[in-house]
Parts: sequence; C-alpha cells; structure tokens
Amino acid sequence: MAQVFDRGLVLALKIGTLVAIALTATLLVSWRWSIDYPNAQGAPPQQPLPFSHQHHVRDDGIDCRYCHSGVEKSAFAGMPGSNVCLTCHSQLFRDSPAFAPLHASARTGRRLQWTRVNDLPDFVYFDHSAHVSHGVPCKECHGRIDQMPLTARARSLEMQWCLSCHRNPGGHLVSPAAVFDMNAQLPASRAERRAQLAHYDVLSRKWLTDCSTCHR
Amino acid sequence: MHDRKYDAGADDLDAFAQERRRVLKLMAAAAAMAGGACSGPPPEKIVPYVDTPEQSLPGKPLFYATATRLSGYGTGVLVEANEGRPTKVEGNPLHPASLGATDVFSQAAVLQLWDPARSQTPLRDGRVATWDEFLLDTENGLRELDASRGDGLFVLTGAVCSPTLQSQLEALHSRYPGMRWHQYDPLHRDNELRGSELAFGRAVDTRYSFDRARVVLSLDADVVSAAPHSVRYAHDLASLRRPHADRMSRLYALESFPGLIGARADHRVALPPADIERFAFRLGRDLGVAPAVVGDSPAPSFEKALVDDLLAAGAAALVLPGPAMPPRVHALVHAINHRLGGQGQTFEHTPPVAFKPVANVESIRTLADAMRAGRVRMLVILEGNPVYDAPADLEFAARLRTVARSVHLSAYADETSAYCRWHLPRVHEFEQWSDVRAFDGTASIVQPIIAPLYGGHSAHELLNVLLRSGAAAHDTVRGVWQRTFGNTDQDERWRTALRDGVIANTRAAAVTLAPELAESIFSNPPPPVDLAINFVADQSVRDGEFANNAWLQELPRSMSKLTWDNAAYVSPSTAARLKIASGDEVELRRAGRTVRAGVWVLPNHADDCVTVPLGYGRTRAGPVGDGIGFDAYRLRTLDAPWHGSVELIRTGAQRLLVTTQHHSRMEGRDLVRTATLAQFARNPQFATDEEIEKVPEHTLYPDRPYDGYKWGMAIDLNACIGCNACTIACQAENNIPVVGKEQVLRGREMHWIRVDRYFHDHDSGVDFQPVPCMHCEHAPCEEVCPVGATVHDSQGLNVQVYNRCVGTRFCSNNCPYKVRRFNFLQYVDRTQESLKALRNPDVTVRERGVMEKCSYCIQRIQRGRIEAERLGRKLRDGEVVTACQAACPAQAISFGDLNDPGSAVRAAKASPRNYALLAELNTRPRTTYLARVINPRPDDTEE
Repeated sequence: MAQVFDRGLVLALKIGTLVAIALTATLLVSWRWSIDYPNAQGAPPQQPLPFSHQHHVRDDGIDCRYCHSGVEKSAFAGMPGSNVCLTCHSQLFRDSPAFAPLHASARTGRRLQWTRVNDLPDFVYFDHSAHVSHGVPCKECHGRIDQMPLTARARSLEMQWCLSCHRNPGGHLVSPAAVFDMNAQLPASRAERRAQLAHYDVLSRKWLTDCSTCHR
Repeated sequence: MHDRKYDAGADDLDAFAQERRRVLKLMAAAAAMAGGACSGPPPEKIVPYVDTPEQSLPGKPLFYATATRLSGYGTGVLVEANEGRPTKVEGNPLHPASLGATDVFSQAAVLQLWDPARSQTPLRDGRVATWDEFLLDTENGLRELDASRGDGLFVLTGAVCSPTLQSQLEALHSRYPGMRWHQYDPLHRDNELRGSELAFGRAVDTRYSFDRARVVLSLDADVVSAAPHSVRYAHDLASLRRPHADRMSRLYALESFPGLIGARADHRVALPPADIERFAFRLGRDLGVAPAVVGDSPAPSFEKALVDDLLAAGAAALVLPGPAMPPRVHALVHAINHRLGGQGQTFEHTPPVAFKPVANVESIRTLADAMRAGRVRMLVILEGNPVYDAPADLEFAARLRTVARSVHLSAYADETSAYCRWHLPRVHEFEQWSDVRAFDGTASIVQPIIAPLYGGHSAHELLNVLLRSGAAAHDTVRGVWQRTFGNTDQDERWRTALRDGVIANTRAAAVTLAPELAESIFSNPPPPVDLAINFVADQSVRDGEFANNAWLQELPRSMSKLTWDNAAYVSPSTAARLKIASGDEVELRRAGRTVRAGVWVLPNHADDCVTVPLGYGRTRAGPVGDGIGFDAYRLRTLDAPWHGSVELIRTGAQRLLVTTQHHSRMEGRDLVRTATLAQFARNPQFATDEEIEKVPEHTLYPDRPYDGYKWGMAIDLNACIGCNACTIACQAENNIPVVGKEQVLRGREMHWIRVDRYFHDHDSGVDFQPVPCMHCEHAPCEEVCPVGATVHDSQGLNVQVYNRCVGTRFCSNNCPYKVRRFNFLQYVDRTQESLKALRNPDVTVRERGVMEKCSYCIQRIQRGRIEAERLGRKLRDGEVVTACQAACPAQAISFGDLNDPGSAVRAAKASPRNYALLAELNTRPRTTYLARVINPRPDDTEE
C-alpha cells in the first residue's frame, strides 16, 4: 500500500503534535500553579467587611492580643467575636454602611464568615502558642500587617518556607517583649542569633524538623 | 504459506499495539483529568462567635465531669469537648466506679451521641409527629387519669438510681395513688436481691473490697466484665495481683462461659451452671454452713486446696456468687462469707442503692398480666426495649398492642417503639441534666455537654409533663439537691458537685447483718439436664442497647475474638459429641421455641452447655445493628432467665462468623511468658533467661542518641484483664474507622492496639497480650519504605507520615508484629455530617491508600510538650498519658520518658519481668512487656 502522507508532512505532523503536547502541558502546569492557593500571595480576598489591620494596628495602636486572644495559649490565634468589635464600634462609625454586616450579626446572632487568609493543609498542625512562646514575631509569618489596609497572605506558606526557619531559626527570633512589635529588630549578628537560640532553649534543633512536629 | 508461529506472533504484536494505544489514550485521559481534578483547596471560612462564651478558647478542649449509665448505675467520666463537640471520654479519677479508667461502653458513648441513626422526631403510630401534639394527646389521657386517681397509669423503668427520677416517681405516685410502677432490665439482679432476702430477710446490696481479699473464689461471677462496678473491681483486683511474695492474692474460678476473671484465675474449672450450683453447696458443707450436699456434685481437683486456702485466709477470703446463680446460692454464699468473717473487711452490706428494687421478671410479668386484663390505660416506658428483651413467653408485643395510650421514650425508634402509640426521642447522657448513683451509692450530677442534637427529651422532662410541671430538667435536678445541700453554701456546693463529678458524702453507709439460712434452701437439687443453655450479656452490645454502635460491634470479644456477631458457644468435646464445628448452623429448641444460630467452638467452655450472648438479632436497632446474629431472647422464658435445658439440632447450613485471631495457641513460642510466684521467687529473671543468648548483641545499624525525650511503654501482662478498653479508647482518640464484617473477614480491621488471646496448650489458662506498635529502635518498616513515609523522630518515635505515604504496604509486610493497618478502601465516612463532629481535631483523618498505626498518641505528646515549653519547663512524668493507658482499669500500661530517671515507665522496665516481644529479631522495641506471674497453690509435688 502506498504512503498516504509524504515524508515532509509526516515530520510536520510529528513536530506539530509534540508542540501541542508541550503547550498543553505548560498550560496545565501554569494553571495548576495559579490555583495552588485560593488566595494568592499579596492579594487580599473578599471579606464580609473591609477590615483594616493598618488602621487598627498602626493608627490606633491596638495590641494583636486584644482581638487574637488565644495566640499565646492555643494553637488557634482566635478571631474576635462580634461583641469584641462592638466594644468600640457600638459607638464608632455606627452608621457607616460598611459596618452593616457587623451590626446585623450582633442583632441576629448570625456569625460573621471571614475568609481564611493564611490557610494550611489539614494534615499540618500549626500551633500559634508554640511559636509565640519561642519568640517568633508575628511579622515573620504575617508580614507587615500594620501596613495592610486589607489583609493578604504575606508568605508562601509552603513546607519549604516553614522548613527554612525550622532548620535555622536563629535569625527569626526576637525577645519575648518584641514578639507583637511590628518594628522588632531581628538578630543581625551571629552572636545575637546564638543568644536568642540559647534564650529559647532551641540550641538542639533536631526535633524542629521532625515530621511529627507538624504532622500527626 | 502461513507459518503458525509467526502468525501467532503477529497476533501478539497486534494485541500489543492495541494495548499500546489504549495505554496512550488512558494516559492522555489521566493527564487531562489530573489537571481537571486538581482545583486547589476550597477557600476556608473562619467563623467567630457573636458573643464569645466564657472560658472557651478555640483550639483547646474543655473537660466536663458527668456520668454515663449502665443498667441504671453511673460511672463518673470526664468528657472532652472541642469547640463544644464531645469527642472523647476519660474516666473521672475522683469517682469511685472509675478512678480515672473507663470501660468500653463509656468510650463508645460519643459514637452513640453522634450516631446519625438516632431517633430524631416523635412518632405517633409510626408517623412523624411533634412534641406539642404529644403534649395535647397526653393532656387528654391525664384528664381521664385525674378522674380515676391514676388507676390505669403504668410506668416501666429499669433500676432507678437517679435521686431526681426517684423523687419524680414519688411525686407522681402521690398525685396518682392508683399508679403502678414496674421495673425491668433484661440483665436484672433478681437472684442477688432474692438471695439477700433469703439470707437477711431484707434486700441489701453487697460491695466488695478486692484490694483486701487474699483468696477469691468466683462462682460464675465475672465481676470485671461489662457491669457497672467492673472498672473499679478490676482496679482493686489488679492491685493485689502484683507479684509480691506475701501480698499476691489467689484467684479460684468456676465458670460455664470463659470469662475475664477465669482468665486471670490461678485455678479455674469449667462446669455447666447446675454443677457450679451443686459445688457451692458442697463447699458450704465443707466450710460448715450447709448441713449437707444438695445432690451429686463434681469435685474440682483443687477443692481441698480451695477449702484450706479459704479457711486460712479467713476474713481476707471472699466468695462471689454470679448474677445467674439462683437465689439460694446467693444466700448460701452470704453465709459462707460471714462464716469466713470478712464483713467490714472484704465485703460490706448496704441498703440497696437503687430506689425500691423489685424482682424484675415478676414485675414485667405483672405488667403483662395487667395489659392482658385490659387494666392499662396509659403505659409510659421510660427506659428499655421490652418488646425485644422481655421474657419470650409473655408475648409482650401482642399485649402492648392492646394498650390504648402507650408512650416509649428511647434513643432509637426500636422494636418497642413500633408497638407503642407514641415514640419520643430520648436525649443522650451528654445532652441532659440528671443525676445518678454509682454501684456504691456515690451520686453524680449528669450535666449536658452539648444542646440536644435532635430535640429530644429526658425521662425527667417526660415525668414533668405527667406531673404537669413546667419546670426544666435543670431546675428539677437542682431542686432535688437543694434539699440535700441545705441553705448554706448552696451555690458553692452545686458548683463543686458539677466540677468534681461526685457529690461528697453520698456513698451508701454499711449495715452490719448476720445471715440466717432457712432449711428449705438445701432441698431439691437442680434437675439434671442433658444440654444446658446459658444466657449471658454480650461483651460488646450488652443486652442489645449498644447494637447500633459500630465501634462496639467491631470490637473483638475477649475470648472468641469474634466481631459483628454472636454465636452459640460450645466446648470442643461437646462439639465433638454433637458433631458440630465452628460455623455450622444449628437450631436451638426450648419450650416450643426455636432459634437458628451459628456455632463457635470455644476452648475452656464448660461441657454439655451452650452459651448464647444476648443483644443480637435486632430488627429495629438501626442500620448497623439490624439483622446480625441471632436473637437469644426468643429462648429466654420466665422460668429460665439465665439457665435451662435446650435441644440442639444441626441444620446442615453454614453461618459466616468472623474472627480477628485465627490461631489461638503459642505453639511453644514465648510470646507471653509466665511463671508461678514460687518460680519467680527462685528466679526473678525467668522472662529473659533464655533470651540473653538469643538476642544478637551486634547490629549493623548505628545506635542513635536521644538526648531530649525518649518515649517508651511497658505493658504489664500480669495486670491486663483483656477487657478491650484500650482498643476502643484508641479508636475514639485516633479517629480510627470501622471497616465492617466483610472487611474484617479479609483481615483488614484497623485497630491500632489489638489484644491477642492465647489458650494454653496443657492447661486451661488464658493469656492476653495487648499489641500496639512497638516503636522499634531498629524498625524493619522504615528500611523498606521507598518514600520515607515512616521514619524515626528525635524522640525515638516511629512516626507514620500520612501525607508522604503512597501505599506500597512494604512496611506492613516487613513488620514482624503486624501492627500496621492499611486503608484498603475509603473507610472513613466523609459524607455524614454528624460523624465529622465526632472526630478528634488533633489527629489527621486518613484517606484510602494510606498506611497507619499506633503513634503513641503523638498529638497528646505534642500538646503536653507545647504547653510545658510555654511555661518554660520540661514535661513531668505522668503529664502525657496515652489513650489506652488512661482507659485501662487495671493500670497495665505505663508510658513516659525513658530519659527521666524518676519516670514510672522506667521503673516498670527495670523490673526483672521486663522482656521484649520477638527480641531475637533485634528490632529493639520501645514497647516491652512485663511477664505474667500467677499464684497457684504450691503443689505438693513441686519442691
């Protein structure tokens, strides 16, 4: 039987097919990449009301723990109940339409539904209290929250990123008093880093990279 | 010409080409689907409270003291609530029936709470109705009763150990003097009650102090199994079983069905029930309390030793009559115990803890008679399932149908609900205000941990309806205790009671009595029976109450290791005589009734006797419990509540019975090591004597240093009673799924800690050996994992990393202890909302295709560790308690830091009895065992 296609056409077809496959693969990978997290790094998700950390932290100087009251005691930092917001906002900006969901929540007892900004997989057991008690300042993971009018994820939160600190925590630790300080200075010199490690008793760091430290 | 050979080859090539295209197509499809299916995680919500409740700290569990109930009696527990969801039950260390441990039923109570099959709405004649309609209908009924001063009002309960329920029943009785109150619990204590009346002329409870009993004889009394006092008695019994030359107790057991106490006994013999009864009288004669023997009696080989021991121990000796022994045996045993002089030391009598106990069988018979006579105008069933479990010859269902107004309050719309006009969903223990007394009289307040999931009402609320009181259950309970607490410090005492889970000074006071036996009890020996039937409560579902609980259904029964079924148990020699084998179907016939059952041949069972566990063959238990096993109640008649005669006929059919342990003997291996106390005294190192030669000293693997924590576990086989509490506690703590009968058949059960049971080759001894992951220093599983999903961490734990596991199962294959469990299918129910709420938020829920195993409760270690570091200190011994350790009534498990010189686990491992399982493999397990020491009477032949 005679060949249906000549050699040139076959070659073109082959190259075309390969290119198509490569293109599809690239498209799939890049799309997969883009949807890795529901909320991209640096892009604030839609929230029920436009809460501004910048305003509350920088302008008003409210301590993190006023609202995130579990951060020193529990794995979960805690989200303020509507009643906590209302300690001020029963008086301030009462009639602003942006606050309508808050007042509706207090009136009806229906809870506000915030979109989680920093989301870890369910098999990761992150504990806020463990990090706070070891001198990891808020800003190391949450970024300069005091400069965010709308809250966005500041770090990749990938395992590689977690490990970069767990392998070598010295440069990320501050004194206990400075944990909630957005301007806290990280240790610069080797001696300072060592002093922090000694202070928090993490000179032996083997268990920091145990699987069981974060996965159970 | 065609060459067949090449032709065939061409065909093959063709086939290959086809295959290749198919593979490419599938690959393309798979790639496309992989891209399409990966849509990234869904955005998650954080939903804070509107008004944050006091003391709540999201992420931290809260523990509430309350109590669970078994046959009406309470056991104090602490319920762990995560964000308001009860997820785990721990024992209450302050409660006398718990002392910090639990039984399997308390552990399974959370699944009972979240069971999606619970009744969720009132039913009127089987159709969905509302509580308001019920109120309206009942009001009409009450008006009729008002006119008749309560004539025709009948209330049915179990044993009433709730002071509030008692006061409500009293109030109801004074409002309606014509009211009749009946009690029925299929696992009743009629014999005990009648026995005490025979001996003392009044009803009394008897409680035992096993921690002071040096010689104990059980007459078919399995006091450590499935009863309200079991946890406490197991604890006390274990305290005198530590191998110590002059402080170790000696146990004798006579039993028909091999029970847990028989497995612990130093001398045991299996006899059919009537022979045990006869032996009791023979013993009475030997001890000088009975004038003569009653009929012929077999003489166990240890009879003389037993009598000598009992007499020598005197006040420190104790004889226990089983609940199935007839009243006269109970009376006789009272006389024996008093003759031995242990009153106030090994046992005490108290007024009955339950309110007005009556003989249950008589009580339910009177009720059935009243129904037949048409005298019942309104029947309120507050508890129980009499259509299913009342004596078969009462025809309770047919009688109940004739009652005009019947109300059944129950957690499930069950068999009885189907015959009642009204079914009302009952709230779970963790959803209600109530109170309950323990076996020794100690009262606890039952407080709700969560609002009722499906509406539902408690017995107190229903009685308040009958009393036309608008009071909420909380106020009713509080009101009752207000009278006890008096006016001073009222609030403070109430709060203390809630916080502690026990109310101080409520233990029943002892009364000193002397028994007097009537001559009549020594007449009429029990009639001889060719084949005896022995009704027992099932170890998992009890009387059927827990039939819809999948954790309990899948829990292997201690002796047979059967799951998901009951069976007609017979001894090997009886099986040979009757020509039946395990799995055969037989028809059991007695009193004109028949039941078809599967046979299970059980070593150590009494000859000429068939044991049938109750609680199976349910028809309206729910999707889990329906249609499995056979209904032994259909053979249980008024005259034979526990024993009788039975005919057994082989049908020729087979029944599929599923066990988790297929081989029951050690075949000369030393998995469980045992010595007598005398041998132990001569050679304390008996457990490791031979091993020293066997364990290789050298190894190719480097020893890893552990300078921080070094976790280890020791399991004392001398203490373990084989009750399975550890298995189910682990299941609750670690989100372990159930797999169902068919998967168990394939050996795919998921329990992280199993309890192996071995029958001895040469005597009737039984050993139990709980086997969790050994956390080997040289773990064979780690060497074969291609993806590093199972590795050692810096605390020496062999951890399983679920998110790395790809499911090759190499590790399981290479594990000599077979403790790794694989999710062959999607066992975890991902769809049922209420079951999601049940799960421990600190433990990953495993998916299909992932290996899992005991983690030494890593979540508890980490929680403790983070907490200790927050406070700037190291963990102290006893701060991390694994779930199995916490639940164990006998305190067989010790766990802790091997680097801590003062830790309990280190002390345990320093014992000469400490040995490693399969040590010759040089796996160097972190979990080790303490060998068993038994205390049989030194034989004359032994030097």
